Amino acid sequence: MNKTLGAIAAATVLGTAAWAETVAPTAVAYDDYGAVEASLTGTPGDVENGAVLMNKGAGNCVACHQIGALPELAFQGEIGPALDGAGSRWTEAELRGIVANAKKTFEGTMMPSFYKTEGFVRLGNAYTGKAHEGDVAPLLTAQDVEDVVAFLMTLKDE
Amino acid sequence: MNKASKSASYIALVAASAFAVAAHAGPDEDSLTINGETEIVTETAAPDHLSDVFDTIYSGWRFRTDETQSLEMDDFDNPGMLTVDAAMEAYATAEGTVGESCQGCHEGVETFAGLTPTMPKVDEETGKLVTMEDAINDCRTERMGADAWKWSGDDMQGMVALIGLQSRGMPMNVAIDGPAAPFWEQGKEMYYTRYGQLELSCANCHEDNYGNMIRADHLSQGQTNGFPTYRLKQAKLISKHNRFRGCIRDTRAETFAEGSDEFRALELYVASRGNGLSVETPAVRQ
Repeated sequence: MNKTLGAIAAATVLGTAAWAETVAPTAVAYDDYGAVEASLTGTPGDVENGAVLMNKGAGNCVACHQIGALPELAFQGEIGPALDGAGSRWTEAELRGIVANAKKTFEGTMMPSFYKTEGFVRLGNAYTGKAHEGDVAPLLTAQDVEDVVAFLMTLKDE
Repeated sequence: MNKASKSASYIALVAASAFAVAAHAGPDEDSLTINGETEIVTETAAPDHLSDVFDTIYSGWRFRTDETQSLEMDDFDNPGMLTVDAAMEAYATAEGTVGESCQGCHEGVETFAGLTPTMPKVDEETGKLVTMEDAINDCRTERMGADAWKWSGDDMQGMVALIGLQSRGMPMNVAIDGPAAPFWEQGKEMYYTRYGQLELSCANCHEDNYGNMIRADHLSQGQTNGFPTYRLKQAKLISKHNRFRGCIRDTRAETFAEGSDEFRALELYVASRGNGLSVETPAVRQ
């Protein structure tokens, strides 16, 4: 009896821990100003991978933002503000909120929501132009978001 | 040159090119005359219906590099003219069960001068919004007994450009009121809808950010007065609907089909944003 209870308790704790480790896109807790206090994964962000995501794949932040710290990236965009000094202007929680869903911080902003899976108009299957079917993956994984935030936190005012 | 001064000049070079990119912002100051005789209006007052968003509208030509611009300044340099020349031959060639050519009924192609600035327009009898592609295919299937052409094929876009060429230099002037109004409203709603996983509308890039760089692309106002346009990236004459499709696809959205009613409506709305700019087809773009 005791043994069974203990096993159930252990399973619950484990289950909770596993659930708590990665916050689902639909469960992100934004505060009134759009910031997200808690890490989405519990694993510290990887600055190096964050820098890679500035240029590549679903990140491609440099398409719209200039990043003085990465001068080797050609054709830096002019759509959004330069990211230089972002780590001084914003807290980690604010940056996490902006990367995950900037529309919670800046209403109506053009910036895509990188950790969101609902509420799209005519969602497509990546860049095929065809309709999406099945589960929706966010543009960045939870850990990608943490990595991007970790990189942005290194961009301090000089 | 030692290593240190080499990297110093490299840095200076990078700084200079960064400067060049910054100086890119906005349309350039160049003016366009084709073949040394046809003056093209590439900048004019925005039509009334845009008065709350734009003072001035610009042809996409003003946002391209000097090299790309020069290809449109002389028809001998314009790679789109090859497809137009082929259309000129097709114009005079009998086809289909009736054994007629375009020329058989319409005489010289110059009789089409003035038509393109008004397209697309609503057909009074059917109440449908008709694009140039629709009109051409209607002639082919109903009067010539010939097969319909594929929307974005060279046959079709060459003919659309050939007919447009007869109006080159005339101001775009599509009707947006009367029977056109509901189509125009539908197109306007599409223009401001944020499609796909990237949640981007036409307006996000072409109204709010024209003149800015998005990665290596210098954003224009997305005007259609140069269509069909020779797009160097695709190395052929490109239809308006093909470009709409590409843009919506790039928002990670399910696109609409070329020749769909949705794209007809969007075509009318976008054309109306360019009312006052010269017909430029076949334009040349990046």
